[in-house]
Amino acid sequence: MYDFGIKNPTSVDDVKTALGESDDGQFLAGGQTLIPVLKQRLAMPSDLISLARVDGLSGISAGGDSISVKAMTCHAEVAANADIKSAIPALAKLAGGIGDPHVRNRGTIGGSVANNDPAADYPAAVLGLGATVVTSEREIEADNFFTGMFDTALNEGELITEISFPIPEAAGYIKFPNPATRYALVAVMVAKFGNTVRVAVTGAGPCVFRVAEMEQALTASFSPDSIKDGMVPADDLNNDIHASREYRAHLIGVLARRAVAEANG
Amino acid sequence: MPAITVRVNGLEVTKEVGARTLLSTFIREQLKLTGTHVGCDTSQCGACVVTLDGKTVKSCAVFAWEADGADIGTIEGLADGDNMHPMQEAFREHHGLQCGFCTPGMVMTAVSLVENNPDIDEDGIRHGLEGNICRCTGYQNIIDAVKTGAKAMRG
Ligand SMILES: Cc1cc2nc3c(=O)[nH]c(=O)nc-3n(C[C@H](O)[C@H](O)[C@H](O)COP(=O)(O)OP(=O)(O)OC[C@H]3O[C@@H](n4cnc5c(N)ncnc54)[C@H](O)[C@@H]3O)c2cc1C
Ligand code: FES
Ligand code: FES
Repeated sequence: MYDFGIKNPTSVDDVKTALGESDDGQFLAGGQTLIPVLKQRLAMPSDLISLARVDGLSGISAGGDSISVKAMTCHAEVAANADIKSAIPALAKLAGGIGDPHVRNRGTIGGSVANNDPAADYPAAVLGLGATVVTSEREIEADNFFTGMFDTALNEGELITEISFPIPEAAGYIKFPNPATRYALVAVMVAKFGNTVRVAVTGAGPCVFRVAEMEQALTASFSPDSIKDGMVPADDLNNDIHASREYRAHLIGVLARRAVAEANG
Repeated sequence: MPAITVRVNGLEVTKEVGARTLLSTFIREQLKLTGTHVGCDTSQCGACVVTLDGKTVKSCAVFAWEADGADIGTIEGLADGDNMHPMQEAFREHHGLQCGFCTPGMVMTAVSLVENNPDIDEDGIRHGLEGNICRCTGYQNIIDAVKTGAKAMRG
């Protein structure tokens, strides 16, 4: 690891000041991605700006038609939260299936969404449920947030403060975990809001994506049978030692059907 | 170098740590509590699991300065003098270890799983140990040990 300075701001305003005082400051949330990256010398920030002591950056609040999760809320907290379990059980299940208990005790929703790993779980929830990413500067719709592999619409130094999830009529999330890492080999989130259906796929491509053809078919009839094989062509999917692109294309159909079945209870 | 104050197994200590000092390094090299093992140093194996304010964490993936003000629990804090913790006793009884390298992390994780869910079933135990790798036992005896340890902890 290269050496770095430490900043421990206690408010969002202090975070901005700390950033301004650093040559090349980087946020540290749960550190479950960043600390291994630093160990490999793949990043060399001048300063780590720890978000752990920033007031008001952690916790979950349920409104009438949405649930808001603050950026520093760890995966274990989301998995165990009573409001999320009753309003969006698929989201609680998703959080409870990330990594292992130790990772879930440290890793945060803000860190996961900012990192946008192609195989991460949360991007599927944010895109599939059509959430809003709230930052220190603005609100970003999920459809505009995930811009590419490990890439997002966040500006340099822009801090995610919370993610607001609209409560769906029904939702399901099914992951085929890589047996070693538990990251998604492929995972599908399906959510139904009145006459709209959203389908988001993670793990299969360079970045989480929606599947318009499945969404149309499910809008016509919200049943597993509406999903046909081949709705997602294999061409642009990931092809690696874990799975071929053809296998991933096949899994998307299988997992989407199961996600619809789960949403239908 | 920042100075941090932590309570480790109930005893308060204040020490200077480097920015890059991992919690695992702090525990092993500065506090000389070498029961916490470092198997991979890449967040994979769980040998380094300790509790931080009551929650299990991989201490190789936390900076020591992040723990400032926290309560830390390590494997050394489990036994009561010469009497092993019921979970340690269960690992001994069921031959839940061979080389013993993974054992501190396994036991710390197992105790936490049972504290969070006293009636944990086999499925819960297997999933709960997903972040802890053992190269020796084949896991079966570890599962048996945790079941027995859970029963003993329920009393
Ligand atoms: C063994 C293991 C298994 C895992 N398995 C899975 C899995 O199955 N599924 C999965 O989805 N993930 C998995 N992860 C990743 C885990 O979920 C991480 O916690 C997560 O990706 C990053 O969150 P963090 O809080 O640790 O962020 P950090 O590592 O602290 O930060 C990650 C990046 O996000 C930036 N950042 C952090 N917070 C903010 C913010 N509020 N605003 C803007 N930028 C921010 C940081 O600067 C950094 O660049 C696994 C990790 C490990 C070690
Ligand atoms: S040494 Fe920390 S997880 Fe392996
Ligand atoms: S007993 Fe040797 S690694 Fe588990």
